[in-house]
Amino acid sequence: MNVAAVFFYLFSAIMLASAFMVIAAKNPVHSVLFLILAFVNASGLFLLMGAEFLAMILVVVYVGAVAVLFLFVVMMLDVDFAELKQGFLQYLPLGSVIGIVVAIELLLVMVGFTQSDAALGAGASPIQANVSNTEALGLVLYTKYVYLFQASGLVLLTAMIGAIVLTLRHKPDVKRQVIADQNARTRADAIEIKKAPSRAGV
Amino acid sequence: MQIGLTHYLSVAAILFTLGVLGIILNRKNIIIILMSVEMILLSVNINLVTFSTFLGDLTGQVFSLFILTVAAAEAAIGLAILVTYYRNRGSIAVEDINMMKG
Repeated sequence: MNVAAVFFYLFSAIMLASAFMVIAAKNPVHSVLFLILAFVNASGLFLLMGAEFLAMILVVVYVGAVAVLFLFVVMMLDVDFAELKQGFLQYLPLGSVIGIVVAIELLLVMVGFTQSDAALGAGASPIQANVSNTEALGLVLYTKYVYLFQASGLVLLTAMIGAIVLTLRHKPDVKRQVIADQNARTRADAIEIKKAPSRAGV
Repeated sequence: MQIGLTHYLSVAAILFTLGVLGIILNRKNIIIILMSVEMILLSVNINLVTFSTFLGDLTGQVFSLFILTVAAAEAAIGLAILVTYYRNRGSIAVEDINMMKG
């Protein structure tokens, strides 16, 4: 058994075990941490397949942003998670039936799958041997898929605006800047001149 | 022993099944449901990258990148809705979310 096979079994075993723990853990914080472990091992699998850029993106975006976002939300919400865990056993029979059916169907497709030799390298953008993965991805992404790239940027922009609009809250007792009001101020309504009588003060 | 296409696809299939199971079993905890959706998307990404590698075609990796984008946006929006819901209701019980039903 060569080194690649050893690492494949290591990464996939840890990934599947931590994916199971994500749905089985009692504490959601543990779930998020197991999710991070699953993502890191998936990026190891990507590295084994030669998709280096995606492996690094998986670590940076998923572990660094999405999983930490989950962690923030889980820790910020003060919820009794033990109560939410009820009903786990209630759905277990149905869940296991559906899970087994889905798994068997997917694995049957895998077993019946054969690959034609002519298919290798006959795709829309074949992988060249002398170009690094990141460079090749950039060469394809910014030329052939540039509109899809822009569209995914729009998706992210929409998500950003949506998240801000949903969670922004105006507290009533906090003073905020109102630029229009500030610009509309004149000297007449900002300064009041009072005649102070001599030796008496205002 | 050579690790081939089928090995990676089987791992992705099992991960997908675990994600579906997580959605069914944790019907009450929406945070776990969102995490299960992330796992399903990860298994789809593994499938795309596997085919991209073993067919010698870079398109799968490009699409995997787009799925990553959509997954990040979905997580951000989902968690924002969750925070707003918690602020309004004081709980994140999913079975009460049908309050907008007419």
